[in-house]
Amino acid sequence: MSYRGFEAVIGIEIHVQLSTATKIFCADSTEFNAGDNENTSPVSVGMPGTLPVVNKKAIEYSVKTGLALGCDIRRKSIFARKNYFYPDLPKGYQISQYDKPICENGKVTFKVDGVEKTVSITRAHMEEDAGKSIHHGDHTLINYNRSGIPLLEVVSGPDIRSPAEAAEYGRTIRQIVRYLDVCDGNLEEGSMRCDCNVSVRKVGAPQFGTKVEIKNINSFRFVEKAIEFEIERQIDAVERGEKIIQETRLWDPDKNRTFSMRTKEDAQDYRYFQDPDLLPVFVTEEMIEKYRKELPELPIARARRFQEEHALPELDAQVLTTEKSLADFYEETAKEAKNFKASSNWIMTELIRELNSANKDIKDSPIKPKQLGRMIALIDNGTISGKMAKAVFQEMWDSGKDPETVVKEKGLVQISDPAAIEKLIDEVLANNAQAVDDHKTGKKKNLFGFFVGAVMKASKGQANPELVNKILQEKLK
Amino acid sequence: MDLTFASMSEIVDAVKTKKVSVKEITHHFKTRIENIDGKLNSFTSINPNAANEAEALDERLAKGEDLGVLAGVPFGIKEMFCTKGLKTTAGSKILENFVPPYDSTVVARLKKAGVVILGKLNQDEFAMGSSNETSFHGVVKNPWNLECVPGGSSGGSAAAQASRLVAGTLGTDTGGSIRQPASFCGIVGVKPTYGRVSRYGIIAYASSLDQAGPMVSSVKDAALTLEVISGFDEYDSTTTQRSVPAWSKNLKADVKGMKIGLMKEYMSGSLHPDVQKTVENSVDTLKKMGAEIVEVSVPMTEFAVPVYYLVAASEASSNLARYDGVKYGFRADFKNLSAIDLEEFYGKTRGLGFGKEVKRRIMLGTYCLSSGYYDAYYNKAGQVRRLIMNQYLEAFKNCDVILSPVTTAPAFKIGERISDPLAMYLNDIFTTSTNLAGLPGMSVPFGMSQDGLPIGIQLTASHFEEQKMLDVGFALESASPVKGKNPHVI
Repeated sequence: MSYRGFEAVIGIEIHVQLSTATKIFCADSTEFNAGDNENTSPVSVGMPGTLPVVNKKAIEYSVKTGLALGCDIRRKSIFARKNYFYPDLPKGYQISQYDKPICENGKVTFKVDGVEKTVSITRAHMEEDAGKSIHHGDHTLINYNRSGIPLLEVVSGPDIRSPAEAAEYGRTIRQIVRYLDVCDGNLEEGSMRCDCNVSVRKVGAPQFGTKVEIKNINSFRFVEKAIEFEIERQIDAVERGEKIIQETRLWDPDKNRTFSMRTKEDAQDYRYFQDPDLLPVFVTEEMIEKYRKELPELPIARARRFQEEHALPELDAQVLTTEKSLADFYEETAKEAKNFKASSNWIMTELIRELNSANKDIKDSPIKPKQLGRMIALIDNGTISGKMAKAVFQEMWDSGKDPETVVKEKGLVQISDPAAIEKLIDEVLANNAQAVDDHKTGKKKNLFGFFVGAVMKASKGQANPELVNKILQEKLK
Repeated sequence: MDLTFASMSEIVDAVKTKKVSVKEITHHFKTRIENIDGKLNSFTSINPNAANEAEALDERLAKGEDLGVLAGVPFGIKEMFCTKGLKTTAGSKILENFVPPYDSTVVARLKKAGVVILGKLNQDEFAMGSSNETSFHGVVKNPWNLECVPGGSSGGSAAAQASRLVAGTLGTDTGGSIRQPASFCGIVGVKPTYGRVSRYGIIAYASSLDQAGPMVSSVKDAALTLEVISGFDEYDSTTTQRSVPAWSKNLKADVKGMKIGLMKEYMSGSLHPDVQKTVENSVDTLKKMGAEIVEVSVPMTEFAVPVYYLVAASEASSNLARYDGVKYGFRADFKNLSAIDLEEFYGKTRGLGFGKEVKRRIMLGTYCLSSGYYDAYYNKAGQVRRLIMNQYLEAFKNCDVILSPVTTAPAFKIGERISDPLAMYLNDIFTTSTNLAGLPGMSVPFGMSQDGLPIGIQLTASHFEEQKMLDVGFALESASPVKGKNPHVI
């Protein structure tokens, strides 16, 4: 993509919060809604003498993420200390991984505007989060609940070329970690945060331009906007003949712009070295095999299968695979209904609409997939009409009842007995002799619909419309 | 019974057979501390609850409960160990009023074994020092000669134990801080294999070198204490899963057929004649007892001191970063300053809170780890460290235990070396390589200088071979020419 003869080079670091029950180096809870400093212990506030002990679940989740991103898993990775001073960093160093991260050399593929894009994953390393400073006038309060929360920092190669690609890359990573159930992907609660490295260069230039880092963006929409702004800002600067300064900037969503936080001159020397309190992390072949077997089918593969095996259109396949729980819901529904497209339609239209308006997650749907599947089967076997099904669906949504129960209670069984329908038709025709005459002589046109409506009315909407049509046509010949 | 000179086993037996109550024992030693410690400055604080805790143990005993293998033994604990509810300052102003909300694993294990903690013991600030002159609580004096240093950094433990103010103490050893003061004060000090004893709750100096150990009056007491404090700890992932041998029960003064290695490099240096003589006597004694003496060589020990100071200072610079005045401990007074920035906050707090020696090492370590210097210093030191360990393992193929001096000379005068840090660092020439290699080492009293100062012998074994080391120590102790000698202060 070209901007005024320039090209953007973008790399993204995403901090993924691993959804372990306890912190990465101690047994403190990771629950989000805890009171101030409630989720702390001597270890997480860095009391003298305390030592970290690594959470095995965090390693499992990291390896699974690495495998899903096609990474090489390092059999012996090392925890290092990243030394710097800040009040919310209790030990004066952050335990992270440096030159020997647990995952390396992966890639992720996604579609932007219908075009397939592959971005390389340079590395993904484990680290602990810091606490949070809250400024109140002259005072600063610190909440250490986040201190020690396990993070996996996924670092992309400089392969992204547009703001839209950047946002889609982020959404894809989010989709994958949610599929793996290793992160809830909740950006508002800080479960994912993005740092974007942006530089510009003349199209065709062999060298990268000076990069600027935009830190701590907590929405993919903001990722897109911040990068958009930054590309324009940098091109403007270059065109004015200015030099881009290597610096860290922050995104201000209210003013829709980035602003400088610190320049490279005051950049830290982190003095990384292996943490002597922690042994290397060993990942065995057995662990890798076990975790690989436990990996769910990932969204892209699943969407492809839905298209190939279920003959769903691309759009359906994409929508249904956005979330693992939604795709699972669809598959279970389709299995019960034995009708792929109908299952897809009901979920994509009726169910998603109801879920959205009730602000509910698919997991909390009052209609369970088996129930929806059986309802669709009732349509297919002619028990209820498509129109009746909408009423049945609504009642199922409201009451959570089984479709069969709703049909029975509301007397919604479709009349598909030709003899019964013929009888109904005969009655209607007898009561409307004049209209029949008009129709047959061609005196009035379009009376067919009137007869259908009258029959349906006489049957209280229960007559099978196809049969009504068919028999009426014969009778009116 | 004479409680002052009783061994741990004697105290435990007396308690279990109800010849003496824990309360009486506690009172006896507390009185000794009150009467004697004014001259030594070995205690930094006294446990105000000791008498109540003793009474509680007596009550449990009356109910027929088993108090544990160290029932009623009074202990003093180096300030490096966190003790729940008892001030733990690590000898530093920056932790002036720090009262930990938890016990270090080692202290918890001692308590479970029935000890009564009488108080906390003085030490060099953050265990940085070889003379106990850098403590925020002031200099500790050697009970054999009050003008001399007790050694460092566990000088308080050594002085208190040598003058029998307690029946057992704990020290920590990063580069010789248990063995050197034990030698200077004429007691037994053991640094176990790295990973034997949990470091959880021990204020960190240099994590890859620190190890806790007993500083006591006999090899048997050392073995007994070691059994209590050793073993895997789920709070310290560097602890070993190996089971803890019954060292005290297996202890034997029989060295027949054992190979004792004499390290060439240690013998060629310039030793004080009294130390030289003590080493020769110990070798003769072991020979007479049937041990075979062999020469071994660990040429890389030549670099042990510089490598030790690079590794220790680097790790310390990071370990001590948490003392920033934000969460606990000392904070500089900013009341009269309107606007301060963070750098000023840290600078003032740490500048006023840390002593000179600590600051020196933090700066040295920060420099060694900084970009551009890491490879030349920290990384290179790590490589040499690995070579030292390999050469030791090679040496242990030819011997069971290596015998050497602990220090080049007996205890020196207070103030004599404090202004010359390099001379001070060279004190550790015989002890640091053991820590770098993670090996167990100990000091056993075996001689006395012409000036009446004790001299110890250092024994080092291969990883997890504490039993061999303790056996040789036990043999030396049984034949020690200084057995039964006590400092004048008592």
